Amino acid sequence: MAARTLINVPPKAKRGEVIQIKTLISHIMETGFRHDNVGSPIPRDIITSFVCTYNGEKIFEATLYQAIAANPFVTFHTVATESGTFALQWTGDNGFTQEASAKITVE
Amino acid sequence: MRPRVRLAVAIVMLSLAIGPPAVSSAEIPLDQRRSAYQDMSRDNKAMQDDDTSNPGMLAVLDGEALWAAKSGGSGKSCADCHGDAKTGMKGVAARYPAFDAASGGPVNLEQRINISRQQDQKAQAFAYEGKEMLALSAYVAMQSRGEPIAPHDDARLAPFIEKGRAQFNQRQGQLNLSCAQCHDDNWGKSLAGNTIPQAHPTGYPIYRLEWQSLGSLQRRLRNCMIGLRAEPYAYGAPEYVDMELFLMWRARGMKVETPAVRP
Repeated sequence: MAARTLINVPPKAKRGEVIQIKTLISHIMETGFRHDNVGSPIPRDIITSFVCTYNGEKIFEATLYQAIAANPFVTFHTVATESGTFALQWTGDNGFTQEASAKITVE
Repeated sequence: MRPRVRLAVAIVMLSLAIGPPAVSSAEIPLDQRRSAYQDMSRDNKAMQDDDTSNPGMLAVLDGEALWAAKSGGSGKSCADCHGDAKTGMKGVAARYPAFDAASGGPVNLEQRINISRQQDQKAQAFAYEGKEMLALSAYVAMQSRGEPIAPHDDARLAPFIEKGRAQFNQRQGQLNLSCAQCHDDNWGKSLAGNTIPQAHPTGYPIYRLEWQSLGSLQRRLRNCMIGLRAEPYAYGAPEYVDMELFLMWRARGMKVETPAVRP
């Protein structure tokens, strides 16, 4: 099954208001440190980077490592400057890539 | 030591070694029952309450897709027969396990899903605890969120509830403990830094942070049995279903929380 994402961006905000963006994505975040029941190592399979752009401008970026739990939950704040779109992108091992977006109306 | 005293000591030692026969614990009064949700940290409560931060909702999205996906030789989806799950499945999970005439015993929600897959959809059964089964059962059970747990008032279920109750009160494993000794007699106290819950299955399948995944009630029961150093049953075993039935009966009237988050 494809990765699932849940994005929480307030649909409306006042200009200059600090808003919170909450993102959740389904991913096993296999560390690469574990072994299976016959002793062979389970290869690493994690998300390595997360980027958020606001009307094309990068406003948040994170590098993820093995210590992050499955289904990473990333939340951050930004200032609502103008109406537009938040584009979110996750990339990871084995060519993993997932995109999502959310719209906001700034008054 | 005089012989009579020695005899008395021996009797005391013997009775300690055997222990009280078949401990029958006091059941929790209905108005004192509480969901383990109430004992969670503020952060964990917030995680469960917000559908965009509850990781169980990711599986619910998968389940929604499975509900609408055509499958098996019949070429039908769940939705083709059952319609919209939001109305058709409301309150259903709150009534499971339910009596199944064909097998002559109770079946739980997962087993009911597989019966329908095999008989109606002519599809392969989902593996117990597999991603698909967890997703679909979470999606179905979430339609009962907020509904009171209401097991069928079915006389045919009564002997199975009693079997479940007997298991709950049965000492087992190398630690020689029964479920009731923790969950009826000592709930609210601490066990290795954790609050002992009353063990009400209000939110299954749950997203357990320790597992970093969704898991069924049977997985949780296995977990407890391993903790007692008892040998767990295989997934889908009738012993587990009887236990699920008893636990749901014990939690009757409490609200369904699926998909719940637990530490």
